[in-house]
Amino acid sequence: MTATAIEHGHEHDHAADDHHHTGEIDLPTYLEYTRRNRLGMWLFFASEAFLFLALLVTRFYLWRGPHGEVVRPELDQFAGLVVTAVLLLSSYFMNRAEVSIANDKRTDFLASLLITAALGTAFLVGVVVWEWGMFPGIVKGHLKPTDGVFGAVVFGMTGMHALHVLSGVVLILNVWWLGRKGHFSSERHWGVEACAIYWHYVDLVWIFFYPAIYLIGTTIEAPH
Amino acid sequence: MSLFTLGIARGLLGQVLGMVIGMLLTCAVRILLGWEAWAAEPAWTVGSVCSIIGFLLGVGSLDDWLKWTKGVPTPFHHGPPVDKPAWTRYFSVDYNHKVIGVQYTVWGILLLMVGGTVAMIFRTELARSGLQFLGLDLYNSFIGMHGMIMIFAILLGVGGMANYLVPLMIGAEDMAFPRLNALGFWFNVPGSILLLLSLFIGGWDAGWTAYPPLSARGPIGYQLFFLGVFAIGLSSIVGSLNLLVTILRMRPPGMSLFRMPIFCWAVFATSLLQLTATQLIGTSFLMVSVQRALGMGFFDPRGILGEVSPMVGGGDPVLFQHLFWFYSHPAVYIFVLPGLGIVSELLPVFSRKPLFGYKWIALSSMAIAILGFIVWGHHMFVSGYNDILRIPFMYATLLVAIPTGVKFFSWLGTMWGGKIHFDTPMLFVLGAISVFLIGGLSGPILSTVPTDFPLHDSYFVVGHFHATMFGGFVFPFFAALYYWFPKVTGRMYNETLGKIHFYIMTPAFWVQTLGQMGVGVMGMRRRIADYDPTLGGGQIESWHMAVTIAGFAIAFGVMLMLWNFFQNAEVGAAAGDNPWRSRSPEWQIPSPIPEHSFPAPVRVVGEPYDYGLADSGYVTTASPGDD
Repeated sequence: MTATAIEHGHEHDHAADDHHHTGEIDLPTYLEYTRRNRLGMWLFFASEAFLFLALLVTRFYLWRGPHGEVVRPELDQFAGLVVTAVLLLSSYFMNRAEVSIANDKRTDFLASLLITAALGTAFLVGVVVWEWGMFPGIVKGHLKPTDGVFGAVVFGMTGMHALHVLSGVVLILNVWWLGRKGHFSSERHWGVEACAIYWHYVDLVWIFFYPAIYLIGTTIEAPH
Repeated sequence: MSLFTLGIARGLLGQVLGMVIGMLLTCAVRILLGWEAWAAEPAWTVGSVCSIIGFLLGVGSLDDWLKWTKGVPTPFHHGPPVDKPAWTRYFSVDYNHKVIGVQYTVWGILLLMVGGTVAMIFRTELARSGLQFLGLDLYNSFIGMHGMIMIFAILLGVGGMANYLVPLMIGAEDMAFPRLNALGFWFNVPGSILLLLSLFIGGWDAGWTAYPPLSARGPIGYQLFFLGVFAIGLSSIVGSLNLLVTILRMRPPGMSLFRMPIFCWAVFATSLLQLTATQLIGTSFLMVSVQRALGMGFFDPRGILGEVSPMVGGGDPVLFQHLFWFYSHPAVYIFVLPGLGIVSELLPVFSRKPLFGYKWIALSSMAIAILGFIVWGHHMFVSGYNDILRIPFMYATLLVAIPTGVKFFSWLGTMWGGKIHFDTPMLFVLGAISVFLIGGLSGPILSTVPTDFPLHDSYFVVGHFHATMFGGFVFPFFAALYYWFPKVTGRMYNETLGKIHFYIMTPAFWVQTLGQMGVGVMGMRRRIADYDPTLGGGQIESWHMAVTIAGFAIAFGVMLMLWNFFQNAEVGAAAGDNPWRSRSPEWQIPSPIPEHSFPAPVRVVGEPYDYGLADSGYVTTASPGDD
């Protein structure tokens, strides 16, 4: 290592520091960071997939009738259908938000985010009030968490998913608040993209959970 | 300078406050619901969750993210803190991967010492039959504690090596996500504190595997144990994600995947396992946790679903074993793959020869990682699962011998005809190979169904496991510590003391592992504090005594190493930039490494392991103007 190299190294350091201190990085650097972030996000999804797979495995392992047949509990089919439709619809508006910011349509962007957050909240209310029966004064639920493996798995799966929806809604509202302050541009909106693919991912998980909980298997009756 | 300048002190305060706030919150909610205000288990559980958050807030590793939610820019500060002594950065949140690597390693060594001390205590108890000074429950808590603390220590050691070395080896300035990197480290501190704390509120006496139904009925300590594992698991997941992105996106032009230093391949394979499989131990422990807290009967084995009412029963403890081992088997490969990578990395340097079969070693790591996903059932041969499952799990397990064998033979090929230098790191590499061979050869005996039946749950398993862990992690880790010590500190350790450490520890370990296998064959059970002195024709007591003495010798050797490092970190002889004449990028820059490791972007000009090829290099680190 020569003396020149060390000196050059110092120049290199200062240049990097200055860049960071201005708070704004140049576009090629931003795009490279975005590529890293994107890969990181997808690896995070891969990791989360194993969590949701474990819950699916649990469901198909435990929900077996006396002769090994696949069974499911009696649930409110209408509630399940409505919340599923609401969540699927929300993904459309999430996508619309992302497309809008990419085309610099700020009003559409902010409005779409709010609609997505509202639909997400509607989903949560549907699950918690309608299906769980958290407030028996409004709707009486079908199951309690302590009702054998039916209760355990229904509340385990919908609970873990609801937690993700809740974090998604919080993220969307945060992005909306930052967007109102003018934080994203058509070129630089990784925050919006991350929020959007996270939302679609949570939606995708429900596409597997909904049939597993509500549709697959026969309902069993208590022997009389 | 007040104590609270140090991030870790603020973090610990935050952890205590979080615990108190969580407990008060639980009491408040219970009062609102009209229940009795205090209940120990919910209070400790919620308190522990809040204590982890309290620690992270206190230490300051969430600061930047909280700023992002408000849209405040968070410029990077490079270098040691400006208004405090430089050493304080090691006790606070710092984004430099070299600092984080040292933090991981030191915290790992501390846990290694705690776990070792616990082992010494119950080894002393086992040296004689009968119960001397440990009660049955405390003994059970101690063996579980030894297991789990050591697993934490190993994960931290792996994290330390990977975080410090991978960016340097691929010539990157830092990891892809420095903030996530720091967060990943700081998760470990509250996690390991919760684990240690659990011993004082009842412990957990059903072993580190936490099988329900025992763990679902055991003491409160289980909840803290689960939360500790969640924290360490989160660290594993974010750490491995970071390493994968770093390896995939930050290599310099010309460094194709098959031109990386081989250790990066090992880290890549191990990170894939960590990223995905860790979720399963989290899920399985979460299920036991909610079964305890909310009565959700995932593993409650009462009755068959629908026989009385569709809402009663149906739980199955065997499901827990499936979910648990789906992580905990790959976990073993998470522990050993980086260690085997260290062996492959160091052998060419000390043999002065190219690495034999680079591609085969790289791909064998990937093969072990992939096979790791389909062998979990070999832990469950006697669990009562469907008999037919035993056969595919047996064959899949035996298949692991093939990529492992590839590694062994290419190590032999590397050393064959080389000019071998027997410095301390090389001695530990050779020790690792010998010990891992013992672990490897005892493996097929346990993976074959008929021979597993009589040996299951015996000390033979303990002997096998310790041989794989020492050969696959401890020996390579010590080799790595000796090897990179001059790079980290700029000083040389004492070679004589290093060699004494090796010559004490290696034979002692052979005695320990073979002794454990021996008492296992005589009929010694895992997890039982007492044994019948007439076992093995009355020989078992002297075997146990030998294992205990060997254990203490190993502990003495480790203390010798730490003394050696402690003595020489500041006052040892200057090591120079490249004492081992390595071709790897980190040895081409000064020791200790400057803040921004490389003065100019690294350029790849040759193959990584062409030792002995005159006038060739792997990378240049100087700027083009200096050529």
